[in-house]
Amino acid sequence: MLEFKNVSKWFSVKSSKDNGSAGRVTALKEVSFSVRAGELLAVRGPSGCGKTTLLLTAGGLLRPSAGQITVAGQDPYKLDPEKRSGLRARTIGFVFQQFNLIPYLTVRQNILAASLAVRSDAVRRFFKCPYGHTTNKKAADRAGSLIDRFGLADRAGHVPAQLSTGERQRTALARALLNEPKVILADEPTGNLDEDNAQTVFGYLSQYVSDGGCVLLVTHDARSAAHATRTIQMNAGQIVA
Amino acid sequence: MTIWNLLVREILHRKLNFALGVLSVVVASGSLVGAVALLQIHDAHTNRLLEAKQAELTQQMAQLQDDTRKAMLKLGFNVVILPKDQNLNDWYADDYASKYMPEDYVDRLANAKVVTVRHFLPSLQQKIEWPERKRTIILVGARGEVPDLHRSPVQPLVQPVPPGTITLGYELHRSMGIKQGEQVELMGRKFTVQACHKERGDKDDITAWIYLAEAQELLDKPRQINAILALECLCVGEEGLPIIRAEIEKILPGTQVIERGSEVIARAEARVKVEEQARASLEQEQQAREDLRQVRERFASVLIPVIITACAISIGILGFANVRARREEIGILCALGVRGRHILVMFLSRHVLVGAIGGTLGFAAGVLVAGYFGTARDGAQSSGPLAEISMMGGGVAWVGLLLLSVAGAAALAVIAGWIPTMVATRQDPADILRSE
Repeated sequence: MLEFKNVSKWFSVKSSKDNGSAGRVTALKEVSFSVRAGELLAVRGPSGCGKTTLLLTAGGLLRPSAGQITVAGQDPYKLDPEKRSGLRARTIGFVFQQFNLIPYLTVRQNILAASLAVRSDAVRRFFKCPYGHTTNKKAADRAGSLIDRFGLADRAGHVPAQLSTGERQRTALARALLNEPKVILADEPTGNLDEDNAQTVFGYLSQYVSDGGCVLLVTHDARSAAHATRTIQMNAGQIVA
Repeated sequence: MTIWNLLVREILHRKLNFALGVLSVVVASGSLVGAVALLQIHDAHTNRLLEAKQAELTQQMAQLQDDTRKAMLKLGFNVVILPKDQNLNDWYADDYASKYMPEDYVDRLANAKVVTVRHFLPSLQQKIEWPERKRTIILVGARGEVPDLHRSPVQPLVQPVPPGTITLGYELHRSMGIKQGEQVELMGRKFTVQACHKERGDKDDITAWIYLAEAQELLDKPRQINAILALECLCVGEEGLPIIRAEIEKILPGTQVIERGSEVIARAEARVKVEEQARASLEQEQQAREDLRQVRERFASVLIPVIITACAISIGILGFANVRARREEIGILCALGVRGRHILVMFLSRHVLVGAIGGTLGFAAGVLVAGYFGTARDGAQSSGPLAEISMMGGGVAWVGLLLLSVAGAAALAVIAGWIPTMVATRQDPADILRSE
């Protein structure tokens, strides 16, 4: 479902203030692995080892310097930006440590924000009443069922500032699942949660995996990695174990 | 969820930024619309002022003309037309002609398109002995004015004496104790006293006026007159008389034309001068208003671009602030698969909305402020801002101005917000999400 083949990523930086000469920082070095459907792969490593770069590269947001990535059979970087966005919308769901909810939208609206990306008719997307169109109806129904499933029914009309951290992460997870993606990319999804909430989130992720989904989880936390079906260890941009 | 929903909720969330953006546009479009409306009010005031002055001038000139006409009547007439063989020594001595000419001469004059004379008054005058009263009087038979038929009708200068009536000079009615409405007998014929004149201090005080045909009958001069008074001659100055004389003598070869009353000519000249001065004053006023308009136009042409530029900069800064505040949102929307062009549409739509609302409010504010300043400037002449606005009325294409304001303001907001919008769409989501 998700495959990395000798993927490297480096960034150009000025090496020093004194001579201003350009240098190169390698974030990923010839990384190769694959994640199959029904698998939760945890990538562990210390801060700055390239985990987030790996995740963003996998999500089609950061073009690798070398190597090839395949998501659901397609190399996102061989697609033009428009199609790459479409691939991301339909195939990939993101979950971040900081939740990244839109602060002025309610729980329901934050979840439905993911539907903005999947509809093709731009005019209809701009003006049409959210619940007056088949796609919108479908998205609304799906959002409703996710709200119920994630125990957010009584918080559906609240904005993120009115939610607990656990509720925020559940909202972010529901948003990631709205378009029924094939892959979920999770960056420290439980980093800000207490044990109970972390367990709840992993419960949902495990459910998603058992339903045939595929999760790439990057974390520095051994407890989080314990929920994975497989774990790989990273250090200085390389897979070390 | 639609981009429109997202847009509206974002605006409601960041009200201050949106309100400041709208305010900037209100100031820009309000200044522009206000300047245009103020100039329109200026034009409307100018028209009103000049129309009032023109009406006042017309009224004054009409009054002056009337006064002059009356003065002509009292002081003597411009010209008197006498039979050719009339001895002028006798005429000056007796103050009436001893020779006669046909009454239809006056009709020939009236029909002959005389351009220099406006009124003709045929008369038959003779000094007689009033047999019943044993008094010497001047009997004047008059039939009233014969209108100059090719001109537009004019107010008669001398009221005609109706048949069967008599009008008496002051000395006559005073000395004989005759009152208006009484019946008197003259040369065996009865007349009703139609009017008793006030004292004039001239031969009019011993004059009796009766209807021309009756005078011709009493004096045994059927269809005869001995003078035609030509009133309100239009030519004045030294060259005036030869023109009138040439014109009349061409139509009536058997007559002579005598000038009467140089005071009247002086008055007529004075009237023309007054008219010229009044017209010059009107033109001066018009020029002064035009100069004032140009000053205001120049002032607006400098000030408005400065204001619009300042507002555009303000909108740009607010746009950057908005992009900065929404950096994380842009990142997450990109991560969700929202395309760059949709983010472009979202930000541009916000600017269009800022411009459209600001343009509408700016239009209203500009018109009201212009009305207020129009009122303040003209003080007592004006009856309030709304009156000023309604005064401009149909002279201004309001709908066009409103559309221009809204469309122009939207364009201004989009142009001013273009760079921040481009910055927003070129945000690298990976950078944003990594920095988060």
